[in-house]
Amino acid sequence: MADTKKLVGQNYTTPDLLAKVMGRAKYAEDFRADGMLFARLLLSPLPHARIRTIDTSAAEAIPGVRAILRASELPAPADTVTDLGETIRANPMAERALSDEPVYAGEPVLAVAAVDEETAAAAIEAIHIEWEALPFVVDPLVSLRPDGPSPRVEGNSWGRAPAEPGKPPGPLVVQPIKWTADDFAEFDQGKLPMGTPQIDWSYGDVEAGFTNAALVLDETFSMANNQHHVLEPRSALAYWRGDKLHVHTGTQSAVQTVASISRWMNIPAEQVVLITEYTGGGFGSRATGAVICMVPAMLAKKANAPVMLRITREEEQYIGGIRPGMHGRVKAGFAKDGRLTALDLYLIGENSAYEAQNDSASGGRFISLLYQPPAMRSRSITVLTNTPPRRAQSQPGGLQAIMIVEPVIAKAARQLGIDQVEMRRLNAPEGKALWGPAARDGKRGYVTSAFLKEALDKGAELFDWKTRVARSGKKNGSTVRGAGVAVSTFVAGSTGFDGLFVIKPDGKMYVKSGVGNLGTESVFDVHRVAAEMLGLRWDQVEVAWGDTSQPLPWTCVSGGSQTTHAMTRAAHAAASDAIAKAQEIAAQTLGGSPASYRVADGRVSAGGRSMSLADVATKAIELGGKYDGHTLPENLNKVTTAAATTLAGQGLMGVARDTYPRDGTSVSFVAGFAEVEVDVETGAYKVLDYTAVGDSGTIIHPRAYGGQLLGRSVLGMSHALALKTVYDQHYGLPLATRLHHSRPPTIMDIPRNMQWAAVDLPDPETPVGARGIGEPPVAAGACAILNALAAALGDDVFKRAPVTLDSLLMALEHGRPMQEPLTAHI
Amino acid sequence: MALVHDVMPPFQLFQPSSADEVLDLLATRADAWIMAGGMDSFDWLKDRTKRTSVVVDLSQIDALRGIREVDGGLEIGAMTTLVDVAEHPAVTARFRILAEAAGVVASPQIRNQGTIGGNISQDARCWYYRRGWSCYRAGGSTCYADTPTAVNREHAILGADRCVAVSPSDTAPTLVALDAQMVIRRKGGERVVHAADYFVGPELDITRLTVLQPGELLTAIRLPATFAGARSYFEKVRDRQVWDFPLVNVAAAFRESGGTIAEARVVVGAVAARPLRLRAVEAQLVGKPANEATATAAGELAIEGAQALRYNAYKIPLMRNLVRRAVRGGPLPATT
Repeated sequence: MADTKKLVGQNYTTPDLLAKVMGRAKYAEDFRADGMLFARLLLSPLPHARIRTIDTSAAEAIPGVRAILRASELPAPADTVTDLGETIRANPMAERALSDEPVYAGEPVLAVAAVDEETAAAAIEAIHIEWEALPFVVDPLVSLRPDGPSPRVEGNSWGRAPAEPGKPPGPLVVQPIKWTADDFAEFDQGKLPMGTPQIDWSYGDVEAGFTNAALVLDETFSMANNQHHVLEPRSALAYWRGDKLHVHTGTQSAVQTVASISRWMNIPAEQVVLITEYTGGGFGSRATGAVICMVPAMLAKKANAPVMLRITREEEQYIGGIRPGMHGRVKAGFAKDGRLTALDLYLIGENSAYEAQNDSASGGRFISLLYQPPAMRSRSITVLTNTPPRRAQSQPGGLQAIMIVEPVIAKAARQLGIDQVEMRRLNAPEGKALWGPAARDGKRGYVTSAFLKEALDKGAELFDWKTRVARSGKKNGSTVRGAGVAVSTFVAGSTGFDGLFVIKPDGKMYVKSGVGNLGTESVFDVHRVAAEMLGLRWDQVEVAWGDTSQPLPWTCVSGGSQTTHAMTRAAHAAASDAIAKAQEIAAQTLGGSPASYRVADGRVSAGGRSMSLADVATKAIELGGKYDGHTLPENLNKVTTAAATTLAGQGLMGVARDTYPRDGTSVSFVAGFAEVEVDVETGAYKVLDYTAVGDSGTIIHPRAYGGQLLGRSVLGMSHALALKTVYDQHYGLPLATRLHHSRPPTIMDIPRNMQWAAVDLPDPETPVGARGIGEPPVAAGACAILNALAAALGDDVFKRAPVTLDSLLMALEHGRPMQEPLTAHI
Repeated sequence: MALVHDVMPPFQLFQPSSADEVLDLLATRADAWIMAGGMDSFDWLKDRTKRTSVVVDLSQIDALRGIREVDGGLEIGAMTTLVDVAEHPAVTARFRILAEAAGVVASPQIRNQGTIGGNISQDARCWYYRRGWSCYRAGGSTCYADTPTAVNREHAILGADRCVAVSPSDTAPTLVALDAQMVIRRKGGERVVHAADYFVGPELDITRLTVLQPGELLTAIRLPATFAGARSYFEKVRDRQVWDFPLVNVAAAFRESGGTIAEARVVVGAVAARPLRLRAVEAQLVGKPANEATATAAGELAIEGAQALRYNAYKIPLMRNLVRRAVRGGPLPATT
């Protein structure tokens, strides 16, 4: 890094900001094409059914109707071939864009393209389908009952047939799992049934931990399913130019979505052009785009015209997917001093009848890291139901598991008389903290670094924790306040991607950013590392993004908080490559050894000898070879090689794969603090204040960082406050079909003045020191509120989240939780 | 016919400039749909759950807008927007609870577009009914919100009769509490009904929430001087601080003399199909001081006969506590 950081750690205006503020930014729906048709979807009215007969003749006869697309016309999804040449077979039961056997109400069945949406909608109404209704279920515990219904004819869970000795395991198949009546013996007492799990791991002596504990708690807690409610629904415009398919749509990854579209459409990636300059939010639900973009693509082919499919808010609630709701049971043992002695976690995750979003399987790892229990067992199962597809949502698995465990930690601290911040410090991970079960080699994995204690200390001071704790639980008229703290963690970085830029003879750096522009600003932020290393001002950097007809390097998906970590490493690698080349060029041109040259302020200098990067770029073109990209490193991803090849000869090329070592898994931490005020006469409560402190290494862009830290905390607050899905179990149909029914929080529901801060200690295992921060604020925001409510009202007031005023008021009336703890979607 | 819950189907649009023209249209076009601010209408029409071939848009009729002094009271044109009601100086000064209620309806955008007439005349928000399930209210023969699996957290605890939908209006209880009168015109005639009689429960008419008949138009709301400047109380409890219907709301007005209550109006919304005027509570309050004991007794009496469904038992203590607060008064915010 340069001696003085002029870019890294500084605020700046991103190149897309003005366009967004002025309304000039074009999202998928804003595009128009000559002769463009509009498409509408026919959605399944039933939770599980099969088309018995269908008559589209009346629809086809409507003037202006140009094409009707059925599921049977979709290409079969292609198998995936990994970089290692390994073939992953396409799952024949995976979600597709359309289905003749819908497995949830609202699933797209067919689509119509017409001259306008009115005509398309009229055509859909003119289609007559006779359905064969099939058995369904919209509650995982109902499906696990001995005689419970299954969402698929084949069963209610994903599994594999037992492998024969010496042979690889078979493909994933749907199988039935039913538990025994005995497993449900304590159901009516609100205790989570714990039948045979799919995953069961442990380390340490769990039973001894409980035997030796001063306090053992056994708690059941549930959290709701939640839609993503992204601002921009997954609308798409598609058209064909020759054999090239052009798609305009939002995604969390410009580069990797090309591969998805190519796989869904079963066409070579070279035939896909994706335009995705702006994306209105993803939260994990469109890591590599959305399969629904096949519909306009196929209709465009069939009707030989561009097709726009605008997704409505209601359709978005179905195809946009859902974070898996989860039931959990925690048995936790504590020593008198508050240290965990053992923890036994059981998680039941809900899933659609499509691919598993296996949040329940990953949750336990984060608990083992966050609270460092010396002995732990983690069991889980994921149960399929006839509800919309489950997709990753910020902190998938981590959020649910932490929401299930954090209130138990808070309860234990209260029972043991230990300050809540101290309780979390006592059990906090530190340094290369261990996590998860032992690997095949018998060793447990560990993280690159952990400064959670520092985050707790900083937050307690900023939040004035002691003052707020002193007034917790004290009544003022009909109101009572409570202060809560919560800790959280999630993975925060991957490795192995490529950086690519060219410094041209005009002295400017032209960066190719393959990052998705989903509002996090990392699409630009990460490249400031490279500019800084080359001593360039930000106005000397041009970033190209969001159009895959341009050369873009192999880039991580902006999901799982990878980008800041992965792509600052890639930028660092590319910048190091350019610096080394510039040093060599300067040495060849001006004499001396390459190592004697330093790059700063846009010049390459050694002693009195100096040349500008503009001149280096000119020289690089003259020299050719590796200097201007005519020869490329062999370890690049093929996507990067193709991109760099088209850029060769334009100047000094910085291109490299991130091969930096890393010892441990990169994770970030957050400590969240909240104060609530509850009106005990209505059960209504307000979040008065909130503070979040992040531990995610070096801060690249403070303003964007603060936006992530607090913005994602607000997503967490929504899980505590009111956000949910609602189904009628008898009919298997959704009731919360309007956005306001799901009750995402409004600006009026969150504190006016929230604070954020960062520990800002560099990660020792990455050259830039930076990790991602997208995910861990979520559970911190959610659990700080849950714990603040318990601080105000005492333990055993709520048993599920969101905690709405009805559940609080009823608990206050009756002296115990009255809400049904184990019913899904209420 | 496959269902589509999007894209408004075509209809003939009339935008008359006078109430007389509206009444003429209503007299000749039996299926004419009257649209005020559109906040309820567009929902039905865009969802394709209810349809019409003719929409009569009232937005061009200036005479239906505005607030006028009449006999010491006010006359509010039915097309006056909620924001204009909430901010009008005469309303805020003398009929504060109406201003408060109008000011917490839905969201600022909806209050800018939505009207007072529309707010009190809007249809039920039961999510089974709105979705087009063929329930009693929709002309069918069952109530889907009152079954063992129904999710009915926002439904009725009182006055249910087959249908368990509730009145969703925030301003309606305040108008009942303020003894408002509704001016209803039809071709060749006019009738004026008390606010308490404007709203109907399922026992009287299971398909509508007001007495408005086809061919009739609500043109104005008159607020008599009876409770002008009197002690009054409004509170709305909802899940979110903005853009939400009431879970329960309460409106009350009191004339007091000599330290005791001389006359009271106590009205609760979102617990029954209409804003429920609690006449027994009102009678019990007369002659009593507005203290904690009186308030507690009023709250207990208020919930007599209340019956919970599977998910709405909380409405009983919530209604009790809100009535208690209304009687007790005090410096509480209009919303929680």
